[in-house]
Amino acid sequence: MSKDTVSSRTTTGPGGPSHGPGGPSDALDRPQRRAPKPRAWGTRAPLLPALLFMVVITQLPFVATLIISFMNWNALYPNDRGFAGIDNFKTAFTDPDLRNSIFNTILYTVVIVLVALVLGFALALMLDRSFRGRGFVRTILIAPFLVVPVAAALVWKHAIFNPEYGLLNGTITWVWRLFGSDNPPQPDWITNTPKLAIMAALIWQWTPFMMLILLAGLQGRPLDVIEAAQVDGASPVQIFRHMTLPYMRQYLELAGLLGSIYVVQNFDYVFTMTSGGLGSANLPYTIYQTFYQAHDYGLASAAGVIVVVGTIIIATFALRTVSTLLREDQL
Amino acid sequence: MSTTTAAPTTSGASTTGPRHKKQSNRSKALTVLTWLVAILFFVPVAWMVLTSLHSEQDAATNPPSVLAPLTTQGYREFFGATSGASPWPSLINSAYASIGSTILVLILAIPAAYALSIRPVRKWSDVMFFFLSTKMLPAVAGLLPIYLIAQNLGLLDNINLMVVLYTAMNLPIAVWMMRSFLAEIPIAILEAARIDGAGLLMTFRKILIPMSAPGIAATSLICFIFAWNEMLFARVLTGVRSATSPVFLTSFVTSQGLFLAKVCAAAVAVSLPVLIAGFAAQDKLVQGLSLGAVK
Repeated sequence: MSKDTVSSRTTTGPGGPSHGPGGPSDALDRPQRRAPKPRAWGTRAPLLPALLFMVVITQLPFVATLIISFMNWNALYPNDRGFAGIDNFKTAFTDPDLRNSIFNTILYTVVIVLVALVLGFALALMLDRSFRGRGFVRTILIAPFLVVPVAAALVWKHAIFNPEYGLLNGTITWVWRLFGSDNPPQPDWITNTPKLAIMAALIWQWTPFMMLILLAGLQGRPLDVIEAAQVDGASPVQIFRHMTLPYMRQYLELAGLLGSIYVVQNFDYVFTMTSGGLGSANLPYTIYQTFYQAHDYGLASAAGVIVVVGTIIIATFALRTVSTLLREDQL
Repeated sequence: MSTTTAAPTTSGASTTGPRHKKQSNRSKALTVLTWLVAILFFVPVAWMVLTSLHSEQDAATNPPSVLAPLTTQGYREFFGATSGASPWPSLINSAYASIGSTILVLILAIPAAYALSIRPVRKWSDVMFFFLSTKMLPAVAGLLPIYLIAQNLGLLDNINLMVVLYTAMNLPIAVWMMRSFLAEIPIAILEAARIDGAGLLMTFRKILIPMSAPGIAATSLICFIFAWNEMLFARVLTGVRSATSPVFLTSFVTSQGLFLAKVCAAAVAVSLPVLIAGFAAQDKLVQGLSLGAVK
């Protein structure tokens, strides 16, 4: 019994999953597979409440969404409820608003995650040095992530982007006056460039998130190897390209994946800053609107199914990148 | 914290005088740049706090009046000085939903993490990916059926519904985090406890929970923050009685007249619990955000 516990434990340290491809973990794996049957339910018991809870709360609603997506169901016309076939999907795919919001969702996620990753990595590299006030700088850099999203969106909309008295145009006025001009440009940021305004605010909020994960990764680097490379005359650029970057790859992937999970679902900023107007709606907002304001349950569900299918396709690839996380020792 | 760019001591004895000086200059420039970028990122937060302490007249000037006299009028307005609408019920609802769901998450996640790390079930990594995949499905797609079910069960505008939903929202993250923390506990200690005759409950109480306490703290912090921040579900499923503070915040904003100071005061007040918790536990924040992957 004790031998069994030890060996099964060995396979499941951060070192390797039970079905790792080849390697020493396969040999260690065998005793676990031959584990006596009665133990199985005892081992499973602690897992079941959480698993059951997740299936009931997150999976069953999707089944319901799937069923409703094939129904003609608008809460405003309760008598017309019935089977609709694939009509909702046809409407969903031909609806220019919905297509636009699919495009926006992809645009937001890709741009925000990539820019935040690059900025976050740059900041992490800058903070991975010893300098005066490092702790303080790190603290104020975290702040954007700790402002409640809807509160941050309100501040960006009213206190920063407002064309008359927002901080941005106020600063422009101030700078222009400094140079003696009384006629500074005062653009209406959200009306002119709604998507850029939303993305700027979200990049501001998510860069600290990326920075924190990447900074932790940088600090786990084996410094002796880097010092050896320095002694051998490697330039900082060479060290970055051939040592830091490969080492940081998994942290970049982790930060990118987690960031995407949250940014793709973003609702608060779109809702607060533009209310989905000016062609800036993303899928969460459009589905919310179709269901909550238009009360078209069938169409909202069809859109939901499309999102889920799209996400599953993307997530299948994304999960492959995280699957390395369970294998890597250092993570 | 040695570095790649500026560490004369590590670049060996070959470092000559002029090169040393050049590197140190570059290091200084980099420090200044770091400070500038950090301040730039902090400006919106600082501006939010500063505006919240200005009068409405001073808040709405162009160019901005940075040095205007400070006042707590904005906060008094937020706490219902003239409107009579107190934010307290919504703040209490938010605290109830966030803390309640965090406790529920821990109760479910710790045993699950045990079954995924210390005495693992078969195919434990598949189970891990199932948990993570539920995080990838956009929550909004499940919103309608949850609304309809809640309507039929009479659970709309009930804060306990939010507790259950926030638990589901955070449970996958918590399982991932707790698994990585429990996997750190040396097997020898658990073996010793077993030989001494400690049962499962005793092992949890005396060994697993105390030893993974920092991990539990990190998990709680992250779950609390995400639950406190959530707005989409709260907006659809809560109403008069159970509105959380993000919902109160959106309804508080009126689009007429001078209201900037009030909005900023509201934003600060609602963000304060998260700001305090996050600043107080920065290292926990890092552990939590990386799902426990970074220690």
